[in-house]
Amino acid sequence: MSLRIIVLAKQVPDTRNVGKDAMTAEGTVNRAALPAIFNPEDLNALEQALRLKESHPGSTVTLLTMGPGRAAEIIREGLYRGADGGYLLTDRAFAGADTLATSYALATAIKKIGAYDIILGGRQAIDGDTAQVGPQVAEKLGLPQITYTEEILKVDEEARRITAKRHIDGGVETVEGPLPILLTVNGSAAPCRPRNAKLVMKYKRAMGAQEKAAPACHGEKTLAYPELYEQRPYLNIQEWSVKDVEGDLQQCGLSGSPTKVKAVQNIVFQAKESKTLTGSDQDVEALIVELLANHTIG
Amino acid sequence: MNNVFVYCELEGTKVADVSLELLTKGRKLANQLNCQLEAILAGEHLAGVEAQVLPYGVDRVHVFDAPGLFPYTSLPHADILINLFKEEQPQICLMGATVIGRDLGPRVSSALTSGLTADCTALEIGSHEDKKAGKSYENLLYQIRPAFGGNIVATIVNPEHRPQMATVREGVMKKEVLDPNYQGEVICHEVAKYVPETDFVVKVIDRHVEQAKHNLKGAPIVVAGGYGMGSKEGFDMLFELAKELHAEVGASRAAVDAGFCEHDRQIGQTGVTVRPKLYIACGISGQIQHIAGMQDAGIIISVNNDPNAPINTIADYVINGSVEEVIPKMIKYYKKNSK
Repeated sequence: MSLRIIVLAKQVPDTRNVGKDAMTAEGTVNRAALPAIFNPEDLNALEQALRLKESHPGSTVTLLTMGPGRAAEIIREGLYRGADGGYLLTDRAFAGADTLATSYALATAIKKIGAYDIILGGRQAIDGDTAQVGPQVAEKLGLPQITYTEEILKVDEEARRITAKRHIDGGVETVEGPLPILLTVNGSAAPCRPRNAKLVMKYKRAMGAQEKAAPACHGEKTLAYPELYEQRPYLNIQEWSVKDVEGDLQQCGLSGSPTKVKAVQNIVFQAKESKTLTGSDQDVEALIVELLANHTIG
Repeated sequence: MNNVFVYCELEGTKVADVSLELLTKGRKLANQLNCQLEAILAGEHLAGVEAQVLPYGVDRVHVFDAPGLFPYTSLPHADILINLFKEEQPQICLMGATVIGRDLGPRVSSALTSGLTADCTALEIGSHEDKKAGKSYENLLYQIRPAFGGNIVATIVNPEHRPQMATVREGVMKKEVLDPNYQGEVICHEVAKYVPETDFVVKVIDRHVEQAKHNLKGAPIVVAGGYGMGSKEGFDMLFELAKELHAEVGASRAAVDAGFCEHDRQIGQTGVTVRPKLYIACGISGQIQHIAGMQDAGIIISVNNDPNAPINTIADYVINGSVEEVIPKMIKYYKKNSK
């Protein structure tokens, strides 16, 4: 008895560490200045998957991500931590997707992966903070969902039931649902384990086709050890295009996105007249006295 | 048909504040669009609950009252909205950016292939021109939200798809009764027509909801700390100042992420929105997500040793100094002068 688990993960710009050079002079976001990272809550989801794999021997954990060629990094990071394999959904036709077009693309890829018992993903990604893709994928696959999961408490393979603790506004609840099911995992769930040194050694040269075609990304002129990829098939990270997953172009990328960005405004705070004070005793006392006098503070 | 709908969240038989705030906003949007405002209530033992929503100017209340609809689970509530919307063809649907709204909204939008914008900080009506397609649109819902980690503010529209769906956090919109005697129609739907029995597959087996430990949202004075407070101990100083001023303590996301302060005190787009008469920002640089949660404060004081901190541009008083130095002085001089 074992579980087939799929983990949805996204490579995101690290919006939490935005430096001064993150905006260009024209006021657009300078993506190159932001490091690309594994979306934090997707790591929480991966941890839940890896724990299930340990408690249910014989289970498999498969990662699925969508992005440009360099997003193969996400699959590698998953392999380093104990995942069994992964797929990179990559095609220009996917570009510009809103959450609905993204969930459509992911759902087609999941259908191609085939049989599964549990799909896990982070609650939301830090670049959009929408928390929409998980439930939308569930809807597209006709699955029930448990969002804001904090811990998977139990999976009963015979009864095909899963029990999980989830966050709700102002509290927690424990819910039980049937398999197959989709869960999104909250940032308050257990953090992901670190990379395993042996697995890093095993998979460090794992690459997708686009990465292999552009060795410069790895600081190499030509692909080192090209023969490795034939000898060790697990080093080839599978890339899928729209065609591979039999996607309908109309439902992908920009054309599959009902939401359109009408305008983007760079942040300029409206300056208002303000008083600038120093931290001196005199200034602070004068301010307190003023606030007391006009009854701002009592 | 083509009206503005608000999904009203229930805790037992009490309608959530965020839903009443959205009804207030929905009424204004409906007036602008010259259409009606409709509310959806789904739960159990709902007789009389419509009285909580009608005063906000609701023209029609759709009641779905059946065992199993409370506590909330995704599938039955999603099917209520999906099937009701197929009949009613709303042009706009609003819901709270709560755990429930963020669980329900995407599912409904996916089934109806309609666009959904999460965590909007403003909603307006306006026109839109799609130059590429050579089409222009009138009376679209502008869904405005900070994006990309708050470095930009994006205005999102859904030109072709209905309903235009948006979620909004609690406290972002104002709650205002329109008329305590407002007359609206109450429609009690037969739940089984909308929700197949197979939807009740996920069971809530245990549930704990606690009353909030503090009243940050309603506090007239807020003392908020950022990453610049440096530590949990740094926040102790803020609690001391707050105790003197009868204020509540809030925090920026950076401070919460760093573990200086509990998550339920986070102010900003992904936390609580506050409108105090006085806001004292200590060691907060002022990311747009934070600003979104406190910019309507009456008076803003920023204590920061970086004179170029973005928050200083919206502050009424900027104190250039370290928090370690200034806050104890504030406590000291408040004690000295208030008695």
